[in-house]
Amino acid sequence: MSGLSISRRGLLAGISAVGASAALSACGAKTGSDTSSDSAAKADTSGSTVKVGLLNSLSGTMAISEVTVHNALLLAIKEINAAGGVLGKKLKAVSQDGASDWPTFAEKAEALIKDDKVAATFGCWTSASRKAVKPVFERYKSPLFYPVQYEGLEQSPYIFYIGATTNQQIVPALDYLKKQGLTKLYLVGSDYVFPRTANKIIKAYAKAKGMTVVGEDYAPLGSTEFGTIVNKVKDSGADAVFNTLNGDSNVAFFKEYKSSGLTAKSMPVLSVSIAEEEVKSIGTQYLEGQLTAWNYYETTPGAANEKFVAAYQAEYGKDKPTSDPMEAAYISVYLWKAMVEKAGSFDVTKVKAASDGITFDAPEGKVTVDGATQHVHKTARIGKVGADGLITEVWNSGGPIKPDPYLKGYDWASGLS
Amino acid sequence: MTVILNQSFTGISIGAVLLLIALGLTLTFGQMGVINMAHGEFIMAGAYTTYVLQKSISSAGVSLLVALPVAFVVAGAMGALLEWLLIRRLYTRPLDTLLVTWGVSLMLQQLARDIFGAPNVQTHAPDLLTGNISPGGGITLANSRLFILGLALLCVLALTLILRLTPLGRRIRAVVQNRDLAEVSGIATGQVDRMTFFIGSGLAGVAGVGLTLVGPIGPTMGTNYIVDAFLVVVVGGIGQLKGSVITAFALGVLQSVLEYSTTVSVAKVIVLVAIVAFLQWRPQGLYTLRTRSLA
Repeated sequence: MSGLSISRRGLLAGISAVGASAALSACGAKTGSDTSSDSAAKADTSGSTVKVGLLNSLSGTMAISEVTVHNALLLAIKEINAAGGVLGKKLKAVSQDGASDWPTFAEKAEALIKDDKVAATFGCWTSASRKAVKPVFERYKSPLFYPVQYEGLEQSPYIFYIGATTNQQIVPALDYLKKQGLTKLYLVGSDYVFPRTANKIIKAYAKAKGMTVVGEDYAPLGSTEFGTIVNKVKDSGADAVFNTLNGDSNVAFFKEYKSSGLTAKSMPVLSVSIAEEEVKSIGTQYLEGQLTAWNYYETTPGAANEKFVAAYQAEYGKDKPTSDPMEAAYISVYLWKAMVEKAGSFDVTKVKAASDGITFDAPEGKVTVDGATQHVHKTARIGKVGADGLITEVWNSGGPIKPDPYLKGYDWASGLS
Repeated sequence: MTVILNQSFTGISIGAVLLLIALGLTLTFGQMGVINMAHGEFIMAGAYTTYVLQKSISSAGVSLLVALPVAFVVAGAMGALLEWLLIRRLYTRPLDTLLVTWGVSLMLQQLARDIFGAPNVQTHAPDLLTGNISPGGGITLANSRLFILGLALLCVLALTLILRLTPLGRRIRAVVQNRDLAEVSGIATGQVDRMTFFIGSGLAGVAGVGLTLVGPIGPTMGTNYIVDAFLVVVVGGIGQLKGSVITAFALGVLQSVLEYSTTVSVAKVIVLVAIVAFLQWRPQGLYTLRTRSLA
């Protein structure tokens, strides 16, 4: 065949060009170069309704997680409207799809603020998307309520962090492992911002508290080849694995983990990014007995949670689990409502000033906003995955922990930033 | 020693996955010169076939065994259709097949997203395949990996037999060696092309079934493997089954040894550098096909 005359180099160049173009489109161009508009965007509150923005990935690789957050936000808005709205005005949700693409997030955030004139925006999941929209919200002085646990070491005057910061999730998780006598840790994570920062914190903690990190490995996001990493974990003599893998890699990792003969008994894995929804999709048989660290579980006791779970399942289906980020998204709308009502105005400056000390009887228990850091006092919880796919609490911090995003209260963390 | 044995097994099992994926490409790229970027999506089709079958057949073991031939036919039919619709018009323009099939692969990914939803799905492995064999000395051989290894070797054997012993195989080899001469000898080369494509794509479907035992099933799962598969075929020597087999296992073992002593990303870089160096030394790959083609 004469067509076979192309060179291998030509082929490889072609393939890598295609790969490179895919990578480039993922990076995208810097959006929102309009730096002239430094004035605060005015939310439109003149009518009988007030618009609020919902900014989630409704498509793309993050949709599996972010759609549940979007659902929880819609539920909160529906409930608030049914109870009379905020300051007598009904809320109107404007949904924008971030499409799992960070530049798109920035673009859509700008559209929500400038075109829809929303009073507040709720959403984002990955740290990458949050970092992408941060300058937009700061430029227009418009508030964002962020619902997911994250790596800390960040503070923006226009972001309210409703998920856990590291001292409300990772540090208590380490305390728990230490108390169980599991002091030799193997760190496995995805290769990006959150796991790298989290592991930096874990290593500082381990050094100061007499724990040892016997190994540290990162797999590319989306990687499904864990044979070697699991072999390394197995040979390391670790007591436990601290897992900061995100997304699908968890499926491959836990499949490999089980088939190599490692179990929750012989070497427990503590994960910080696997909630009820993910447990269901990974498969309970691979996760039974493994540990997770969050602030909320579907099984968390209390009337507020029973009401939340019942309302969510009535709206979206009996088999739909609730999870920590969903709960944080749900309460973020209520917290904003309480701030606005305390301020008596939708004005951002007034809302921010009113935020300190706002409390809400949340499904996870009582939460309080810390005005200084714009984070929330939350209870830390360690849970164990059960045979039914639900997570049951095995330990909690006894009460809400004060947020400390820069870990200023910990001597061992002094070098981190 | 245990470490070496366990790592060798991991390397061999990575190699088996590579081989399973590269096998179909050895036919369509190697033998026919078509750069089929949609090969990864045929893998995806095989994986989703397993998922669909498992929904209707409750026994995981039975559904997996049924999935193997069904996925072969489903992915093979998709490949034959692609060949009939587009590729047969492009046989003289191999670089264009790259662009066209890249477009097709994006469309297939979107189609999968529309049919099965954006979130990835899972199949349940049969109980037999979730455990492992421990022959002692701390060595563990995961059953799912052994299954994939067996599957890969079985496919190599079947493909070899088809190419060596059947009339179709003889015709395929004749077309590859000299299309014009084959045509004047009375071989319907168009038909042979379509059959070659059917088998090559069908093998991708079988690979997809195997991959459901390793990781999640999603619209983009094929793209994770496509570059590695092309590397295997190019390094092995285009159109050379023997070369692909050796290269797949060599790359698998190299990758796992490097991963053990460095990190995943560093290992990947070293492997790619090694491949570039190898191709400088032997641009034609490990083995070459002596053809009577004029070009």
